[in-house]
This record gives sequence, structure tokens and C-alpha cells, in this order.
Amino acid sequence: MNTVLEKNRVNGYADNGVFPSSQVMLDLKKLKKVYPTPKGDYVVLEDLNLQIKKEEFVTIIGHSGCGKTTMLSMIAGLNEISGGHISVLGKHIKGPGPDRGVIFQAPSLMPWMTSLQNVLLGVNQVFPHASKSQRKDIAKYYLQKVGLEDAFHKKASDLSQGMQQRVGIARAFAIKPKVLLLDEPFGMLDSLTRGELQDILIEIWNKEKITAVMITHDVDEAIFLADRVVMMTSGPRAKIGDILEIDFERPRTRKAILEHNDYYKYRKHLIDFLEH
Amino acid sequence: MKQSITLGKVTKFMGLGFLSTFKDLFTGKLEKEDFKNFLRKVVVPMASILLFIGLWFLGARSLYNVEAEYKIQKALTDQGPEAAEALRACIASGDTSCQPNTLPSPSQVWDSYMSLLKDHQIISADKAAFAEKTAALNEKRIANGENPITYTGRPSFVDQIFRSLQTVFAGFLLALLIAVPLGIFIGLSPTLKSSFNWFIQIFKPVSPVVWYLLVFMIVKTLLIDSNEDSSFTISFISVGLCSMWATLVNTAMGVSSVDKDYINVAKVLKLGPFQKVFKVVLPSSLPLIFTGLKITLSVAWMVLIAIELLAQSPGLGLFVWEEFQNGANDSNAKIIVAMFVIGVIGFLLDRLMLTIQNAVSFDKTDAI
Repeated sequence: MNTVLEKNRVNGYADNGVFPSSQVMLDLKKLKKVYPTPKGDYVVLEDLNLQIKKEEFVTIIGHSGCGKTTMLSMIAGLNEISGGHISVLGKHIKGPGPDRGVIFQAPSLMPWMTSLQNVLLGVNQVFPHASKSQRKDIAKYYLQKVGLEDAFHKKASDLSQGMQQRVGIARAFAIKPKVLLLDEPFGMLDSLTRGELQDILIEIWNKEKITAVMITHDVDEAIFLADRVVMMTSGPRAKIGDILEIDFERPRTRKAILEHNDYYKYRKHLIDFLEH
Repeated sequence: MKQSITLGKVTKFMGLGFLSTFKDLFTGKLEKEDFKNFLRKVVVPMASILLFIGLWFLGARSLYNVEAEYKIQKALTDQGPEAAEALRACIASGDTSCQPNTLPSPSQVWDSYMSLLKDHQIISADKAAFAEKTAALNEKRIANGENPITYTGRPSFVDQIFRSLQTVFAGFLLALLIAVPLGIFIGLSPTLKSSFNWFIQIFKPVSPVVWYLLVFMIVKTLLIDSNEDSSFTISFISVGLCSMWATLVNTAMGVSSVDKDYINVAKVLKLGPFQKVFKVVLPSSLPLIFTGLKITLSVAWMVLIAIELLAQSPGLGLFVWEEFQNGANDSNAKIIVAMFVIGVIGFLLDRLMLTIQNAVSFDKTDAI
């Protein structure tokens, strides 16, 4: 384990300020999260440093309760920062905003709206100067991209979980965020649907190249989607334990990756980390 | 994709699903396996209604006998055996002048119901005749800028039902206009919630009678210069204030307990406060708001009778009170008629709210 850490430090990933600042999209510096409890402070994250490049897809794995989701919701601005800071393109974030789109674990669609209205809710907010038909076109474009061209006017409550999460993906991409945050978006789906949605996600992402940070429990998903897999140590005082670079070419297909010689090496590396 | 609307769907939507069983019965769609269902939904309720009427009949007859015996005994001690014998004969003959005054039997109530309807027809005819007679004169008076002559005769039972419905809807509307916006503000702001909490807790349990007195004190002074009858104003305001609490509490609860995921979406999209309320908070709390409104309407209808009675405002409450004071031979039966009418209208109002709730809210499984 130590040798891996050592190697990465040499490569520069576990340290700060290694990328030229013009390449950095998202920068977490000395991030700390403390929850006060009656028995004293509970430190979830401490001294967490992570830099993510522009147009990079990073997946984060770690044990349940290690603080992954806390970190992601801090980036989204939904959870207060106790120490350190987060910046997007060099600017410190203050609260949530549409420059950081989120795909939640539960689809979180407004069930009383149609899928089109759900996507428009964001689009209207981000493109207030576009005409009504332009905004509709944007929303429809992304719904088509996720394969929902027949369900524009279906109520969200009438859609299956998988379809709802497709709308969630369309909603997140349609607001053209600088950073896309995904909090175990496929965790609640069956494995077939999960595979479908991974394909859809990666297809849109290949086109839009929006810097993405995704939390997952699934080692295969982490490898398939990511340029880098970030492994977090178990809490309390969680931090980045190791970073694994995935060197597969894009666009990727599931088949090509499963047959690739390095695949099992990566997989073993991740599982070794999680089991120790 | 348009769905065809059938009678069965409409009745089910309105919470009157049991009616479709009757429809099936008449259209011969009833299958053998539906027999159990039919038994449960039609035969058993019918039997319970018959049982109710039977018990009522027996109870009324025994009360009648007790009352009659008491009257005869009293005549015997006060006026002697001859008067007692005469009274016994009089009661047995069914003469209305000497009937014991007690719980009326089902058939007496039915007769009163029919006579009230007949009375309504007579009064309606009278009204129509009056309108015809005064039509030409009223036109002239309006042209001259004078008030037209209006019918001032006695209102019929049906008129009083409509008057009561007017009062209850005015009160309900007042409750809605106060409680829903206030509930939204209280639900959105924890500060407002804690500052209003004592207010809600203290005023919620106040009885309708006290509300009436409070409103009376205020409205009487406010309308001191007006010659108009303020009883309607007083009664609908009292009804509104009495009944608004359920809506206020439910709205505040619905608004403050909106799913956290929806709020997070609103935060990430940076929706403005206006959009947040109208696009996210309100739609998601509609089911709870409607539950509150349903309670409000039924409470409004319940307290209306008492308040009309106190305010001397025309309507079913006043009708009941006047009949009670009247003490005529069929007064008790008329009061029971009014009781059933009040019950049935209350039930229909509840179904009306349920229908509206189903039509506007997203969560159709929530309707009870």
C-alpha cells in the first residue's frame, strides 16, 4: 500500500498544486468537515486535498459512511464547509449554484411535473434570456439524448425509477454546468438498468466533456467511467487514500474494457484498497 | 393518449365507488364471483340501514308510551279520572292536539319531510307570483333610482338550506384566504413558526360560541352606522375563524416538511423565492393542504348550525332553533329532518372536496 502511495506522490496526484492552474477545474484545499455532537466534535473529513482537471471524469470509492457524500454535498454547496476551501476555476464557492449540477441518488424529480417541465425548471433558470421555444428545444434535446423522446409529457410519477433517473441526467446536463456531481446515481437501480444508464451517461459525457465527480460503490462502474479513481480512507478524519489512473482510451465500450489486459490489474488494486 | 372516461371511473374518482356496484347490478355485468362483493357492498349496508330504522322505530314507540302514560297520570292527579280517560281516548285517536311530545318515529319524520317539500312548493309559487306582480313596478322603481320591492315572506326549508350553504362557503373561503397564505409563511420560516405557535395553540381550542361572541363585539362596532342586518356577516366570519385552524396547521406542516431532495434541487438550480414557493413547495404540500381544507369544511358545516342559532342568521341552525321553540306537534320531526339533511349535505361536501383534491394534487394514493 505504502509503495502505491509513494508512487502516486511521485506522480504528483496526492499533493496539491501539481497541475498547472490553468488546467484545474475543481480544487479542494485542506477541506474539513466537523459535526458538533454532545460528546464533542465529530470530524468527518480532515485535511482533504484534491484537484480535478478540466474535462476529467473522476470517480470516488470508499466504504459506506466514510464521508464521500458529505464531500460531494460540500462541493455542491448544500453542506457547509468547516475548514479549508473549495474553488471552481479559481473562485471560492459560496453556497449552491447551477454551475455545479447534481444528479442525486434518488431521482428527485418533481412528481407533479412532466419530464419536460422537470428539465425546463433548470433550463429556464440558467438561460433566462433565451426564447421560450429555444429553452424547450434545449430541454427536448437532452431528453432525446437520454432516450426519452416518447415521454416528454409523461408525469414524472408515472415513470419507472430508471426512466426518472434518465430525466435527472437530462436535467443536470441541460443546465450546462461547469462541474457535474453524481451521488451514487445508479445505486438504486437493478444491474441491467444500471448498465444502460452508464452507457447513456458516458455517451452524453463524451460529447459534452463536463468535468464530473461521481461517487460509487461499484468497482466496475468506477473503472468503466473514470479517468481517475479516487479512494477515500475510512472515517472519521477521512482523506484521500490513493488515486488510480485509468489509462483506457475514450470512447470506451464495455466489451473492450472487459477484455483489456489492464482491467483486472485495476480491479485488483481497488479491491485490495477496499479490503485493507 | 386520451383515456376514456366511464361512469365507473367518475364515481370512483369522487369517492362514490360503491355506486358502480349498483350500475353493474342493473347492466347485468355481475359475475358469480362478484356475489361476495355485492353482499359486502350492498346487502350489508342495506341491512344496517334497516336495522337502524327498526331500532329507531322501537325506541320511539317506547318513549312515546312512557310520555303518554306520564301525561295520563298527570291528568289523573290534577284533573281526576274523567279527564284522564278523555286524554287516553284522545291520544289513541291520534288527534294532533294531545299527542305526547317525544322522539318522533321514522314515519312521522318522513311525513314532515314531505310536508316541508310541499311547503317549499307553495312558497316558491307564492314568490313567483309576487315577482310577476311586482315586475313592472320594480322596473319603474329601478329606473327612478329607488330600491326594488323584494319578497319578505317566510323562507322555506329549502331556501334555508341554500342560505346555510352560502354562509358556510363564505366562511370557508375566508378560512382559506387567511389560513393558506399564513400557513405558507409560517411553514417557510422557523422564526415565524415559533412566534405564531402560542397564538395557534391558544386560539385553536376556542369554542364556536366564544368565537361568535368575539366577532359579534367587533362587527357590531364596525358596522355601527349601517342599517343592514349584520347577522350574515357575523355568522360567516365566526364560521371562518372557527374552522380555519386545521388548514393553518396542515399548510404550515406541509410547507415545512417538503421532501429535502426537492429543496436541494431548488437550491442547486438557485430558484428565486417566488418560484421556489409556487413550483416546488406548494405543489408538494397540496395533499396536506387539502386534507386541512377538508377538515375545515366539515368543521365549518358542523359549527355553522350553532352559530346561525346564536346569530339569528337565517339558515338550518335558525330553522332547528325556531322549530324547537315553536313546540308544535310536528316540530320534533322537522328537527330530525333537519338533522338528516345536515348529515347528508356534510357528506356531500366532503366528497366534493375529495373530488377537487383528486383533480389537483399529484399524489392520488393519499386520498382517503
